Amino acid sequence: MDLMFASLLQYMVYLPLVGFTLSLFMPASRERPIAWLSIATAGIYLVCAILLIAYWLFLWDFHSYQFTVLTLYESHDYRFDISFYFDKVTAIFLFLGAFLSFLVTIYCQNYLHRDSGYKRFFNALLLFYVSYNIVIFAGNLETLFLGWEILGICSFLLVGFYRERFLPVKNALKIFTVFRIADMGLLFAIWLNHHLWHRNITFSELLDSEMVWAQLQEHTTIGIMISLMILLAAAVKSAQIPFTAWIPRAMEAPTPSSAIFYGSLASHLGVFLLLRTYPFWEHLPFIVALVALIGLATSIVATLISYVQSSIKTQIAYSSAAQIGLIFIEVAFGLYDLALIHLTGNAFLRTYQILVAPSVVTYLIREQFFKFVPHQHVGKYGAIGKLKYALYILAVKEFYLDSFVYVVLWNPMKWVGRKLDGISENSAFSFIITSSSIGVICILGREYLPAVLTTAILPTFFAFVGLLMVLRSFTERKNAQFSWMLIVVYHLWVALAVTFYEEANFIELAIYLGGILLSGFVGNATLNQMRIREGRLDWNDYQGHVYQYPGLALIFFLSCLGLMLFPITPSFLGVDLVFTYIRVEQTDFAIILALSYILVGLSLVRMYARIFLGPHIKTNHEIPPRSS
Amino acid sequence: MDIETSFDEHRVLHDLKHYLPAQAPLKDFIHHNTLHAFQNLKFHDACRTATKLWGYKTKLRLDEYRALYESGGIRKDVLRNIVSERKGQDKVDEFINKLINYDYDTFVYPRIGVLRANWESIYRIDLDQLTQPLLFRILCNYLDQGISLWAFPIGNQGFLAALRTMEKESAVSLFKKPRAHKMLVSGDLSISALLRILVGDETLYEQYLYDQQFSHQGWSGIVSVIEDQPNLLLNRKEITLHDLIIFELLLEIDALDAQFGEIWAPMTTKLADRPKLKSLLADVPRTELDEVLETWHDAFEWSYYNSVLTALQKQPELEENSSANKSFQAWFCIDDRETSLRRHLEKADPECETFSTAGFFGVEFYFQPEHGKFYAKHCPAPVTPKYLIKETETHHARKDEPMLSKLSHTLFRGWLISQTLGFASALKLLSNIFRPTASPAMAYSFGHMYQLSSLTIENKDTGDVENGLQIGYTLEEMASRLENVLRMGGLVDHFAPIVYMFGHGASSINNPHYTAYDCGACSGRPGSVNARVISHIGNHPEVRRILRTNGINIPDSTQFVGALHDTTRDEALYFDEEALSPDNLERHRKNVVTITKALDTHAKERARRFLTIPNIKRKPEQVHADVRQRSVELFEPRPELNHSTIAPCVVGRRALTKNIFFDRRITLTSYDYRTDPEGNYLFMAMGPIAPVMAGINLEYFFSRMDNYRMGAGTKLPYNIMGLIGVANGSDGDLRPGLPSQMIEVHDPVRLLVVIEHYPEIVLKVLKKLPPANYEHYLNEWMWTLVIHPETRELLMFKNGELVPFKPIPENIEKIPDWEPIVESAFRAPTTQIVDTTRENLPVFFTK
Repeated sequence: MDLMFASLLQYMVYLPLVGFTLSLFMPASRERPIAWLSIATAGIYLVCAILLIAYWLFLWDFHSYQFTVLTLYESHDYRFDISFYFDKVTAIFLFLGAFLSFLVTIYCQNYLHRDSGYKRFFNALLLFYVSYNIVIFAGNLETLFLGWEILGICSFLLVGFYRERFLPVKNALKIFTVFRIADMGLLFAIWLNHHLWHRNITFSELLDSEMVWAQLQEHTTIGIMISLMILLAAAVKSAQIPFTAWIPRAMEAPTPSSAIFYGSLASHLGVFLLLRTYPFWEHLPFIVALVALIGLATSIVATLISYVQSSIKTQIAYSSAAQIGLIFIEVAFGLYDLALIHLTGNAFLRTYQILVAPSVVTYLIREQFFKFVPHQHVGKYGAIGKLKYALYILAVKEFYLDSFVYVVLWNPMKWVGRKLDGISENSAFSFIITSSSIGVICILGREYLPAVLTTAILPTFFAFVGLLMVLRSFTERKNAQFSWMLIVVYHLWVALAVTFYEEANFIELAIYLGGILLSGFVGNATLNQMRIREGRLDWNDYQGHVYQYPGLALIFFLSCLGLMLFPITPSFLGVDLVFTYIRVEQTDFAIILALSYILVGLSLVRMYARIFLGPHIKTNHEIPPRSS
Repeated sequence: MDIETSFDEHRVLHDLKHYLPAQAPLKDFIHHNTLHAFQNLKFHDACRTATKLWGYKTKLRLDEYRALYESGGIRKDVLRNIVSERKGQDKVDEFINKLINYDYDTFVYPRIGVLRANWESIYRIDLDQLTQPLLFRILCNYLDQGISLWAFPIGNQGFLAALRTMEKESAVSLFKKPRAHKMLVSGDLSISALLRILVGDETLYEQYLYDQQFSHQGWSGIVSVIEDQPNLLLNRKEITLHDLIIFELLLEIDALDAQFGEIWAPMTTKLADRPKLKSLLADVPRTELDEVLETWHDAFEWSYYNSVLTALQKQPELEENSSANKSFQAWFCIDDRETSLRRHLEKADPECETFSTAGFFGVEFYFQPEHGKFYAKHCPAPVTPKYLIKETETHHARKDEPMLSKLSHTLFRGWLISQTLGFASALKLLSNIFRPTASPAMAYSFGHMYQLSSLTIENKDTGDVENGLQIGYTLEEMASRLENVLRMGGLVDHFAPIVYMFGHGASSINNPHYTAYDCGACSGRPGSVNARVISHIGNHPEVRRILRTNGINIPDSTQFVGALHDTTRDEALYFDEEALSPDNLERHRKNVVTITKALDTHAKERARRFLTIPNIKRKPEQVHADVRQRSVELFEPRPELNHSTIAPCVVGRRALTKNIFFDRRITLTSYDYRTDPEGNYLFMAMGPIAPVMAGINLEYFFSRMDNYRMGAGTKLPYNIMGLIGVANGSDGDLRPGLPSQMIEVHDPVRLLVVIEHYPEIVLKVLKKLPPANYEHYLNEWMWTLVIHPETRELLMFKNGELVPFKPIPENIEKIPDWEPIVESAFRAPTTQIVDTTRENLPVFFTK
């Protein structure tokens, strides 16, 4: 029994991955095989899901189930387990996901017919199933993070699906930015968890409420920090305040992918994360109150904004976010089952509403034709008018939520980056050589240096210089290769920084650097090719070179993923490893790393977007206007 | 054109409005020439100008023409012929070498946007991104016809007045900085005062405004249209382009203030190379590349048209159906989708006779469905009717779709709805995907007017007026309308026992452009009401009596039957069948079987272009079932292909085209020169050819040529804005024109009009047309030929004259039957022009 359940569960986990991998090898011009592979994947997945849930319901008696599939890496003080977990929450999300993905995949078969990105779309859709699948089955935060990160890239790919137009690319970048913040939150939570438990904790272990309680009594601050980071990740994914403004901007892709992604599955994953970690943060009244508060604020603000939306998809997006706000409140109050029912209903409703959204013209115009009652406009003056109009204007301006991320994150970074404009290509080169020589000398002679210097000051210092490199890379607009190399150098510096730690060993550094050097090399070679063909790449505005060089664009994109430690090279383990070295009191080091983590991602994706996506700079064929 | 030294706001706005897209809100989508603003120029000159001015791509790419030449899509003999006509016999090889081999700089450097680009290059500020999102939102909210739950406050005031009141009263400003706020509230605003702050130099104001408005031509266009025709919106709005510009300029000033403080200098103070800025609207010189593209393009069009004309000229003796025992006669719209149905009908029953006339059947009126709060226009767009037809006694309740209820967007009811209806929508989705059926959310042609309702057609008291419209027609008005239709089409004797009048409409779901699928001659609505009205008139004994005195004798045994053909589903609906005499009812039952058979085969022929119906080698009724299904599938972006591939347009007797296979590309207007020696009815018949047929053709042409700038892009990510337009995603500009799914298999060729009459009569009639209509012919926005009714000699209309024309001799193949040809036809695997051109079948003789 146990064995059967486990093996079925394993199949479920791998199934989308197999489908996705196969889909990469389909010929792009053949629609049918691509669609049928995707439908088969989603169909088998649905059947397995129903079997699994039935099995669990009738024979397994609602028990939760945890098992570890493999250990990716193990050292004396660190393990990276790929672990899975099944319980009621998984069951609900599994059914929801399997059911909707299956329907939407069938829907897309004809809907996408003759779209030039047919294969790319189904690849992205299957990759989305992979990531969703990993997230809902994840048995520990590390595994969940894996899926979470892939989900961010999928969003970028799907929102920016119409990559030849300006607005989809711009919005994809915007969404990637906020999602990257969520990823960082999880990464931070993993790091803190490691220090809280001194081992890899699984979700089933969190159910031991006495143990959690005892641990939290002792380390309340860390507990609150962890919960805050998890809440950050959840709030971003579920478009809660202050991150709500990304969700309407995600409505750039073909309608069914908007429906499944932002109408239902992806936007409810924040709730999933909260439900998953509920046994942990329910002991912290402050966090419980905060979850409820965020939910409340979102439900009110998002409802107001949705009231003034005059475009159908943004209206649905905001009203869905408002309902998720209510679900947050339900979760905070421990109304577990209500939250599950509510989120399932909301996901179904919004998926359907987005799918029939283009019909509102017919439907509402007919309704207007037969039921129109002229609106009675009553001019309001005085205090009520002041308030009413102010609310209206605030709602139209989305309560400034859209500019929020820019103001708090993007602009300061740009400001600092511009201060570093003085670092030119030449001076950077000599600076890198000198300072890294100093670094190497310090490492070689670390026995002769005072301990406080080698364990606390120097690592942080080198990481900080690395961060400066990233910031400089972030604002560079003229020389792509220079910008690229700065990111590679950043990673080398982080490696340098952690070498000061005694725990650091050669294998771990090799894991960390291997993928980076490889991606760094390939990416640089691609940029070099582009320079030979197109001259110096001035990427002040979008260049759209993917039109002419789709192959180079793909290679460069993969290099970017490698360099941002995405799980396509072994280096993705590295970032977790590096984090484990950092001691809990070295918050400054951790913050620097977390900031760099966000910035490296942004800098790379933006570089890719600016060079390869957007309206093509060559006007010898049809180019979309910039306002579309 | 010289640069104007002083800025004349009135003139500039007037001209600007002329150039902006002129597409009405979605519910009144009517095809028109996308480049209508350049119609005063010759076609190729207009294209070149539009390309240079606005950056529109008006031709295929040079490499596409060359690929067409390689693949045979452009014929060698046709190309040689055209080149030798234009360049002289001795230069043929030299020029053809250029056409095929020369490298040209094919980059387009449009003039629009050059001035405003200085914000980016000198001030390092992306003004569009800083102003457009808020501008579009405010515009959309103001114009919204019923999406938002919280309507624009004081939306009953004019746009700028409403904004001013709101800004004055509100605790929060629309702007970031005080200057723009003060200016708006003070009300002392003029475009030139604002431009002085932004631009400085008065000579550049005009260009700045063009740059600005063309950076979002969709929104500017709709504002301009609503300014001119406020009655297009059911929920009336008072907006002008002037108001939009004022608000946009204020937003720009505000964005610059926010970035630099109030101390920034106007743009022109920083322009180093101002003298080089050319006047935007100055003439565009013709380059060798232009000549190359024009030659290629004409060769592309004539590679098809040569066969069309050869077939018309060389076919054997015309056979007319003068049998006294016609089974029935059927009238259709001149729409190309109806022309192909006529062919199938005549095949299914050789004893029948078909006619075509503009689908409003000469009866122009407003229609008010029962319980409707408004009137819907049922005639060509330029006509303003004085009549009203009301529907009564429908006994039908219109159904609602609860999942589209706006209540689901409120917080608490949304909470309830998502937990209840939410689960129902899962089931709904399931059934929608596996068993799609009609739903209240769809546009359904048969639902436009109920089959069993009554209409108020006859006016017995001229005092019977509602809102300035006379309810129904008087006897004389009825008689003259019927007579016009019959005489125009040449049906004045030999009436069959039943005369069907087929209107047409379409059915689709998830389709914001649904009105573009309906009858253009009925202002984008199904023609069922018109068909029923004209049949009622035809059956009226008093009307027949008047007609009899005018020489048209409709036998008492003849009955007219109004009907509707659904072009998407290929289904027919008949009205007032109970009025048929027992004999005719018997005949009608038989005819319905014939017509159904024709609809099956017609659907099968259509299906060959639907790649998602992979197997068409099946029985027609089986393929028809698949075709029918498309109209109710949520996930079907191409329920039908509408006017795609539309090309020749013949005005003449049916006998002229009856035995030629034109692959659903032709549109026909029934006209018999013998009943109209003076050309009076020809004048009437030619009325809709340019505005309706060339309008359709040119909209398809330009949407196909540049789907990004003159078309609406792919419909897959559409977002509905305020029920008036579509945007490609969450925000952004409105996208006028046609979605790529409607035009992707269309061959962009101009309409070829062939008129059957004596040359001198045709010339007289053409020159009598109103100037805006005549421009189409004179400036070559369509090819115009006359076919001599007796000698079948061809003459081409060129620069206001008719000159003899001889097609290059070629052999037209004869086929026994359409079915094997269609079944084995090439099916374009991609939408590349070479593939889609190959998908078109050549011209065949069928007898």
